[in-house]
Amino acid sequence: MKKQHLAALQKVYLCLIFSFLYVPIAVMMVFSFNESKSRTLFTGFTLKWYKSLLHNEMILEALWLSLVVAFLAATVATILGVMASIGISGMKKRTQGVINTVSYLPVVNPEIITGVSLMMLFVVYVNVAHWLNSNPSVPGFLKFLPENIFGFGTLLIAHITFCVPYVIFNVAPKLRRMDVRMYEAALDLGCNPRQAFFKVVLPELMPAILSAFLISLTYSIDDFIISYFSCGTLQTLPIAIYSMTRKKVSPEINALSTIMFVAILCIILVSNALESRSYRKKRIKE
Amino acid sequence: MKKAISLLLTLVLAAGSFALPTFAAEDKIQVTEDISVSADYDWTRFKGQGVSLNVYNWGLYISDGSDESVDVISAFEELTGIDINYTTFDTNESMYAKLKSGGAVYDVILPSDYMLGKMANEGMLLPLNKENIPNLAGISELYLDKEYDPGNVYSVPYMWCMVGITYNKDMVDEADLEQGWNLLWDPRYTGQILQFNNSRDCFAMALKTLGRSMNPTSTQDIDDALVKLQEQKPLVQAYVMDEVFDKMEGGEAALAPYYTGDGLTMIAENPSLGMFIPEEGTLQCVDAMCIPASSQNQEAAEMFINYMCEVDVALQNALFVQYTSPVEAVRELLPAELRDSELMYPDPALIERSEYPSVISDELNSAMDMAWSQMKSFDDTGNQWLVPVFLLVAIAMTVFNVWRRRARKKRRQMY
Repeated sequence: MKKQHLAALQKVYLCLIFSFLYVPIAVMMVFSFNESKSRTLFTGFTLKWYKSLLHNEMILEALWLSLVVAFLAATVATILGVMASIGISGMKKRTQGVINTVSYLPVVNPEIITGVSLMMLFVVYVNVAHWLNSNPSVPGFLKFLPENIFGFGTLLIAHITFCVPYVIFNVAPKLRRMDVRMYEAALDLGCNPRQAFFKVVLPELMPAILSAFLISLTYSIDDFIISYFSCGTLQTLPIAIYSMTRKKVSPEINALSTIMFVAILCIILVSNALESRSYRKKRIKE
Repeated sequence: MKKAISLLLTLVLAAGSFALPTFAAEDKIQVTEDISVSADYDWTRFKGQGVSLNVYNWGLYISDGSDESVDVISAFEELTGIDINYTTFDTNESMYAKLKSGGAVYDVILPSDYMLGKMANEGMLLPLNKENIPNLAGISELYLDKEYDPGNVYSVPYMWCMVGITYNKDMVDEADLEQGWNLLWDPRYTGQILQFNNSRDCFAMALKTLGRSMNPTSTQDIDDALVKLQEQKPLVQAYVMDEVFDKMEGGEAALAPYYTGDGLTMIAENPSLGMFIPEEGTLQCVDAMCIPASSQNQEAAEMFINYMCEVDVALQNALFVQYTSPVEAVRELLPAELRDSELMYPDPALIERSEYPSVISDELNSAMDMAWSQMKSFDDTGNQWLVPVFLLVAIAMTVFNVWRRRARKKRRQMY
């Protein structure tokens, strides 16, 4: 009897947790089909917000910028991060600890500090470049620094900066668990170090690298605060959405969020399906 | 009497406008189906030069093609060949911070009155070359040469509105509207009043009920207004900004002071809402176009400002934003319910009695911030104990955990 009660309680708890996670998204999806702009009354079904989203250049441009920056930042950060973790794994235990702590700091540091300090760095750079370019006593070959840097470049640098630590923390543990003898065996069997890296180490690390890439991608698309300080006159998607809140969040945003949610859901479903199929194939072979 | 005057004014305006379209139609360049601009201006002088302008405006504050509106920005790009990089901000303060930090270079910005005055005082704006903005002549005298920018040296007004009180006709007795601002202190509406979540507007209202200027002039003003606001606090359901739309449209509150342009939007959503402007006068607000001192494209920026003052463009923006356009000819082109609306075009005498938020000294500003947070945290229920109690419980739990772990360790060592 008592056990039954407990089981029921467990189910209720589970339902509660999942509804906290998914009811807001469901509400948003429902209201993306709302005829009126109201966020409280559902007045009728319409697809007009999806249609007008396709014509809203500001939102689409912001989305495009977010995607491009995320993709580039994640790619560069993954490459840098993988190189860094391989370098770290070759260090002495003591230095490893120090380096790990130092690269962990930006992760626990409040984002606003990272954002403001990056912006200040860029502003200092602009001032130095301006001084160099406008001072007559500076020799001409030093006058090559561009002054107007705020924009895509600074945004990309900022995003790479905060993505690299996440990559290190995904790849480094995998590297630590990897058997060093595999690499040595590859060398023994006639690989040169480069071949051994690309044929043995990299495939072994691939799952961790992939997940690091995806994490960087999501963090980059998600980021508001750091982008806000370093984007110059550009606008990423979160900034565009935030600045709309003076009046009302346009239902176009609901439509856009719904599309993004469905897209991500599809990606997850497909990747899971592929994984389970390859797993089943493996079992049949055995 | 007042109705008669406003009727007369409308008639005069209407009579004047009969002559307008006939001579205007000839020298216009048609850009899109809905937008024609005056041909008497060299719109194409930057064509093919790869000029781009960074425009920084409030969110959802221009007719941008969303929601079946006309896209005025792409029409400008088509007309002039100038590329517009259009971005948005959410408060005057965040816009100011961004410019002040040097983190971005803009060519056209749209601050509100008091922020405009502050930025002009700090030398952050360029004086406009009015030869490049001939459409300035089309702007009504009512909105020009105000204290925030005497002689309009730095700015051209873009949108204008007043602070009024939205009310729900089913919940508020219309006879009570006579009370003006005091209605917001009426205990019969306890728990049904929404108030601005913004110190400047709240203090302005409190000062008005005390019979003073809506702009604080001394710390005494702020102290007195604070008492008044603390008195009002038990009646207030919530301090809100844009949540006011949902709450009023959903009938969750009876009274809410807000901007007239937004009031019109709310009334359109829910016809049982109404809005009035207290007779004793109110705050008026303007958002105006300026050029920051760091801009490298002053002439192109002035062209953009001139374009925004074109009648067709201003009309589309007014239709989208539902605020009052200072461009005089827009009024006659609006649909009747907006053209004759007392909210969009209040009685000029009422405008005369109203004030703009002025630039106030840093000292008064910080005194007001202090008083505001004091008022917000002022609470005579038990809520103020919640945080310390919560903290104590958390500390007790931590201590208990540490003690238990240590006890367990000891026990393990014994065996």
